[in-house]
Amino acid sequence: MIANFGFGVLVITFLVTLYSVFAAIYGERKKIPAMVESARRAMLLTWPLLTLTASILIYLLVNDHYEVQFVYEVTSRSMPTYLKVTAWWGGQAGSLLFWSWLMSAFASLVTLRKWDRDREFLPWVIVVACVTMAFFIGMTVFFESPFAQLYQMSTGVEAHTFQPANSILFIPQDGNGLNPLLRHPGMVIHPPMLYLGFVSFVIPYAFAMAALITGRTDDRWIRLTRRWTLWAWMFLSFGLVLGGRWAYDVLGWGGYWGWDPVEIAAFMPWLTGTAFLHSVMIQEKRGLLKHWNMLLIILTYDLVIFGTFLTRSGVLSSVHAFAQSAIGPLFMGFVSATLVASVALIIYRWDSLKSETEMTSLLSREALFLLNNLLFMSILVVCFWGVIFPLISELFTGQTVTVGPPFYERATGPLFATLMFLMGIAPLSAWGHSTVKTIGRAIWKPIVGALIMTAIIFATYTRNAIALVGFFLIALVILVTIYEYWRGANARQKSQGENIFAAFWNLTGRNRRRYGGYIIHLSMMLMAIGILGIELFQVETQGALEVNQQMSVGGYDVVYQDIAQFQGPDGREVTRAVLSVYKGGEYLGELNPRIDYYYDAQQTMTIPGQRSTLRDDLYILLVDWEPASATGATFKIFVNPLVNWLWLGSLLFLVGIVIAAWPEKDAERVAVHSNARVQQQTSAAD
Amino acid sequence: MTGSSRNTFYVLLLTLVLAGLWTGSASAQGPTPTDDEVNRIAKQLYCPVCESTPLDVCPTEACRQWRDLIRTMLAEGKNEEEIKQYFVEQYGVRVLNEPPNRLVSYIVPVVAILLGAFILFRGFQTWIKPSMMKSNLEDAKQETKPFQDLYIAKLEEELKKRK
Repeated sequence: MIANFGFGVLVITFLVTLYSVFAAIYGERKKIPAMVESARRAMLLTWPLLTLTASILIYLLVNDHYEVQFVYEVTSRSMPTYLKVTAWWGGQAGSLLFWSWLMSAFASLVTLRKWDRDREFLPWVIVVACVTMAFFIGMTVFFESPFAQLYQMSTGVEAHTFQPANSILFIPQDGNGLNPLLRHPGMVIHPPMLYLGFVSFVIPYAFAMAALITGRTDDRWIRLTRRWTLWAWMFLSFGLVLGGRWAYDVLGWGGYWGWDPVEIAAFMPWLTGTAFLHSVMIQEKRGLLKHWNMLLIILTYDLVIFGTFLTRSGVLSSVHAFAQSAIGPLFMGFVSATLVASVALIIYRWDSLKSETEMTSLLSREALFLLNNLLFMSILVVCFWGVIFPLISELFTGQTVTVGPPFYERATGPLFATLMFLMGIAPLSAWGHSTVKTIGRAIWKPIVGALIMTAIIFATYTRNAIALVGFFLIALVILVTIYEYWRGANARQKSQGENIFAAFWNLTGRNRRRYGGYIIHLSMMLMAIGILGIELFQVETQGALEVNQQMSVGGYDVVYQDIAQFQGPDGREVTRAVLSVYKGGEYLGELNPRIDYYYDAQQTMTIPGQRSTLRDDLYILLVDWEPASATGATFKIFVNPLVNWLWLGSLLFLVGIVIAAWPEKDAERVAVHSNARVQQQTSAAD
Repeated sequence: MTGSSRNTFYVLLLTLVLAGLWTGSASAQGPTPTDDEVNRIAKQLYCPVCESTPLDVCPTEACRQWRDLIRTMLAEGKNEEEIKQYFVEQYGVRVLNEPPNRLVSYIVPVVAILLGAFILFRGFQTWIKPSMMKSNLEDAKQETKPFQDLYIAKLEEELKKRK
């Protein structure tokens, strides 16, 4: 009954989104503002409706309604309540509903803004947002209902939305339980972050389409969505980092990124989104690349949908799984239709998107940003090809192949290195024009500094050529960024008589986007230190130990002390080892790698014992053990140098993006202040 | 060489050959390969039944047995290539961590990237007029201030005025 009610609300929401689309188009075409307003209100209604739907689903999940197929598949009686709630996005049908719910929240937020100056965008933003929403809600209504119930039929138990004739409701005693891999705190926030990133990129896309349809193709749509884009990028970036942390803590393979197609599916819109973030600045400052920016936001939107398709259709396991459910062809159709329609709009508005000025120098900031775009797109090409190559191979040759880390690392390594080099030069170039001489004059000091640091690393840490090139580039970017900060703060210190801290603070406050961006560059370099460390210097060993026996790796000595088995509170059997860790004879503490066996899902999880420092992580996995004697166990030990810098970098990244996306005072109002002159010059310079 | 010394030479040669053969067979049957030796090969293979899971970290029982198989094959004296080839013959090329034909897998992205670079540099050539580049160079020659950044320049100008 409750499930049927939930399904009913879902159907009503679907109809409301369709109404919103048609009312917006009709109101706009017939010039009836009341219709457009009606469409806006209908769109605002979707969020409370989907919240009600989601609440019903959560009620079913928390109260063990196993007659509902989705509840049966993702929960069990032994799961704690918070996990039953987060199981909402632990399965296909629920995650589609979750996507729709977030989308409706963002669409509502955007329609609540003041539209006075941009009223012509409103109907088309509604159309794009509601078409996207209708697609996802439609998917849950027609193909993947989270409210389908189990019925006992003469042929067996089947799931149906409506009770078939000659059947009775089937209520299992317990559910399958959530996949143990998803029962981790990281998984509680990783998917919402990623989905937030995905859905919030729909908003700039909706504005871009509105700009193309209305013909208002100046940079107004970019200015309106600048902050949306930054938040979208933040959510997506942080979602990716959280996914990496979850993999590191839960998957038990000693790393954070395995170039898995699912990871790449989320990484691809990040690549185009990052290129877009840089590229829109060229349009804002110089009126260039309007076609390109449109194309980038279209690509980002379609990669978001394509990524969801890749992970949801089953196509990754086999190209033949694509046709097994209706989801795959529908997603493919939606991606193709939106891509074709969007590109057709660009072609239609081609002339009005022409650049206002010309590029004047190969070393100008806009030219370097274009190079940056080329590199991001090249990485995208590698990733896209890596993901679809197995499908193409299977389709044309019948041979299934795997494209694993060696391909991606070899192909993207030089591209990432060049990107870092650009990150070192670009902040020193000026909009409009720069020359080798002007950049050379600014960069020689950071280069000398970076060379000295590389020499120290060569003398004390490593002689690996790739690592040295990497550390040189990291040092260069960090020094250039600090140098840029120092130049700005120093100038403020002199002109305003401020102390250095106030100068830094005010400098950042005056131009949050630029200096927030620099902090993001710094954070990326901290992450690069972690990536270089683990990729190039990770050492590992595996071996069986008897009690009190020792194994050594990377300067650590590990002594196996004991192993114990006990029942966990949430339906799992825990096998936990005790190991003492020493370095240079000094006792550092105890680590407890463990294996959790979940009875309901009949699956094991290997949880590492970790000791983290800025220098390295000691990461121990319990691989195997002998239940009979409990005296022998096999351990795999990793020493992951510098990996903590990756997580530290991600925290600094958050700081940077909050600074960059923080609302600035309205430039028009700022101009009337007493020190207006300096401020106007500041904004003119940037 | 006399007859006896020739005989001694042949005996020595035979002894050396036999010793060599014995050493070879002894190493083939030698000590059980370590987990690290097994993992070095397993790392380059993907679990034939699970999705996107390297064989060295796959926790399933089947993968444990496959790792034991690698150990046995190593103990029998098989080398890395032979073991990988065995797995390919048994389960197909999908067990390898990258496509066997590198040319096919790399050619498309390399061509696409080169094409992108070519289009961009043709674009630069069209956008940037030679006269503009010349005037830029002249601007640079006249440049005497240490910083090109307008923001800093304006601030320093302000400073001078205040003084």
